Amino acid sequence: MSTLEICDLHVSVDTREGTKQILRGVDLTVASGQTHAIMGPNGSGKSTLAYSVAGHPKFHVTGGSVTMDGEDVLAMSVDERARAGLFLAMQYPVEVPGVSVSNFLRTAKTAVDGKAPPLRAWVKDMKATMAELRMDPAFAERSVNEGFSGGEKKRHEILQMELLRPRFAILDETDSGLDVDALRIVSEGINRARETNNAGVLLITHYTRILRYVRPDFVHVFVAGRIAEEGGPELADQLEDEGYDRFEQVA
Amino acid sequence: MTPTELAVVPEASRAARRTSFDPADFPVPTGREEEWRFTPMEPLAPLFADQVDGHDVVVDVMAAPGVEVSQVGHDDPRVGAGGAPGDRAAAVAWVSADEATVIAVRGTVPDVTTVTLRGHGRAPSAAHLLVWAEPGASGTVVLDHTGTAVLTETVEIVAEQGSDLTVVSLQTWRDDTVHAANHRLRLADDASVKHVVVTLGGALVRIAPDVQFTGPGGAVTALGLSYGHAGQHLEHRLFVDHAVPRCRSQVTYKGALQGDGAHSVWVGDVLIRAAAEGTDTYEQNRNLLLTEGARADSVPNLEIETGLIEGAGHASATGRFDDEQLFYLRSRGIDETEARRLVVRGFFAELLAQVGVAEVTDRIMAHVDAELARLATQPGAVS
Repeated sequence: MSTLEICDLHVSVDTREGTKQILRGVDLTVASGQTHAIMGPNGSGKSTLAYSVAGHPKFHVTGGSVTMDGEDVLAMSVDERARAGLFLAMQYPVEVPGVSVSNFLRTAKTAVDGKAPPLRAWVKDMKATMAELRMDPAFAERSVNEGFSGGEKKRHEILQMELLRPRFAILDETDSGLDVDALRIVSEGINRARETNNAGVLLITHYTRILRYVRPDFVHVFVAGRIAEEGGPELADQLEDEGYDRFEQVA
Repeated sequence: MTPTELAVVPEASRAARRTSFDPADFPVPTGREEEWRFTPMEPLAPLFADQVDGHDVVVDVMAAPGVEVSQVGHDDPRVGAGGAPGDRAAAVAWVSADEATVIAVRGTVPDVTTVTLRGHGRAPSAAHLLVWAEPGASGTVVLDHTGTAVLTETVEIVAEQGSDLTVVSLQTWRDDTVHAANHRLRLADDASVKHVVVTLGGALVRIAPDVQFTGPGGAVTALGLSYGHAGQHLEHRLFVDHAVPRCRSQVTYKGALQGDGAHSVWVGDVLIRAAAEGTDTYEQNRNLLLTEGARADSVPNLEIETGLIEGAGHASATGRFDDEQLFYLRSRGIDETEARRLVVRGFFAELLAQVGVAEVTDRIMAHVDAELARLATQPGAVS
């Protein structure tokens, strides 16, 4: 049982117009096995929260704390955070030309576990997970994210989540750009990952449709860099009917 | 106007550039000329003398069975078959080397022939090699340049009808070396040459391969790989002259650079003359900058004098090992050193597969790993 705790997090980013404050005091606690949906209008700071917790150098934490079982996440480097059990599924995964998916996955698994996985079991695991995500076996030999369709990139992110077995996964708009079939396949992958590993999940989304497949325990509405309202799954249904207007007027 | 000023006038075409066996036909370059504009001139000055007479580079050949090696003078009819020197340093190499080492490939030669040019000092020296593939012959010759030298070098590569030749020039010099080379390739009907230039060591290395076809059906694959660090200037200038019909040229050069003042230059001139109908050519250069302070100049030039061709294209791109790639890999637990290794190995992977000579690719990878290890211990890396 682990806990990811975000306390009064303030984050700014440098823009051409100067420093811009994006997160203005975010409080959020995620325990193992829980799924929290973070919803909100565009520009409300949802992705900034994801990238700040993962440690992207573009974002500057100006106040607050992030801890995992009491350990200071903000003091860790990006790769240390991943090795400590954090995972970020990105909205726009980056191309790495010349590096095959299989080489990349094995390198990442070795780094996260601190030792190389037993080869035969690893290959079997990778193939089985790819099959469940309806990925062609030839995919393993392609360069990471190079020439991938939007749907392929998202499946590849969830493939990593399943294989790396993080304690906490932040999924940044993993549903965007997916058709209904792909959304279902990707959601099943997320559900497998959270069940087999009892992972805590922060599911960032603009739309409610993924929540039909990945049922959240809690829903948080993000507006203007902080959580404006919290509730159970019923809050998502309410948002689907009413949209974000009510919150934006308050902000 | 003085002759020097005349020399700086832009050429109307690459075809107009002078070639000659006589150094006197090339004024001592100032650095303002098109073909010298990226090159630091001062270290090269000793190689622009009328003649160089050092003997600090020793040539040693380990010939595979089926390969005949001989030392010949300029009176041997094969010498000069590759064509005339393309710049002053090349003409100086021509007049300064009394003898040429001829490596003649007969029949099908599966084993690799290795020619070692070992530098023992900085007395300006000249070398002359001639790799000759007889009609229908096939083989692989590796030219391995090591040690310390100030060298101007002629490499003639003559592929007779239907031959299939691979020549690799490997520069693993120490960091105090100055090396100018002019490779002159001549391909007869249906000859294929894979020409590989790998430049890893040396303070200043400038290699200029000139490719000519003398009959239809010739095909050249020109591959280049370089990895430069602080203080190195690595320059590669190609000229592929399509003057006869139905020949192919595929040029792929890739370079990585790291460290302050690391500089690479790639110039790829391809000329398709009016008579060269059915030409198929593609040239590309890719550079990867691993740190701040490194610089890559990349200039593809394509001149086309006939519309009746199969294809002609070029591409050039210089990219940074960027923060987003690094973040992506690190967010998967991969540390910075390992991330950089993945990216650099990935950058060279396809090219190494094309080089295909295991003895060479193993050494390249060992060198790349050593450079990456050096980078990991130095400040100034992009992070």
